Amino acid sequence: MLLASQAMTAGTIASNFNTARPTVSKHLAILTECELLEQQQNGREIYYHLNPNKMKEIADFIEPFRKLWDDRFNKLEDIMKAYKPKK
Amino acid sequence: MELKTKIHAEDGKQELTITREFELPVELLFRAYEDADIVAQWMNTKVVQLENRKYGAWQFDTSDDKGNIVFTASGVYHEFIPNQKITRTFEMGNAPFDVQLEFLEFEALDEAHSKLTMQIVYRSGALRDQMLKLPFKQGLNMAHNRLQEIVNKLK
Repeated sequence: MLLASQAMTAGTIASNFNTARPTVSKHLAILTECELLEQQQNGREIYYHLNPNKMKEIADFIEPFRKLWDDRFNKLEDIMKAYKPKK
Repeated sequence: MELKTKIHAEDGKQELTITREFELPVELLFRAYEDADIVAQWMNTKVVQLENRKYGAWQFDTSDDKGNIVFTASGVYHEFIPNQKITRTFEMGNAPFDVQLEFLEFEALDEAHSKLTMQIVYRSGALRDQMLKLPFKQGLNMAHNRLQEIVNKLK
């Protein structure tokens, strides 16, 4: 939520929580690995900001349902392209 | 890039439509629905029963790596018209969801291309949304497990 308004450094983010700085860093590392956050180097500081595309992907709950069917149909198409009728 | 599989789910409605165009003649697309061995491959399931006729029954059991059945679905065909149409019911086993009605229409676009339109009707709009969210929840669970793995590595 903090990052919705602006990009921040790990230190600034940590100062908003009653949590040890290393714990906050771990959380940031996880969110970055999941591509929910993006890092931007600015001089000696690393700024974190939200990746809006990824957030949208998560918000769109129909997408996993669509993907499930898309995967199935892709498989169907591959199988049938290679299909040789039994004689 | 245009998405090949499309979902149309209007707010507040108790139905949804899945459409997909295939680079396959309609006969081959339909074969993928009537041949038990092929269904088993693309649905990644065991086809227990597949009676391709009016009032014929179908049942799929899906197992995990250890052979435990994790998902079962079954229903009855009400229409089975080769290369044109399948109307069937669909019910998940051991799940508190009401049965759903599915209309599958197979259409030849040209000699090498076909289109499938799958209309699914649920008992209520709320049930439709619940069903839509199932893969989303599974996805979240997977993401959560992945998070847990990463956190464990960090410890």
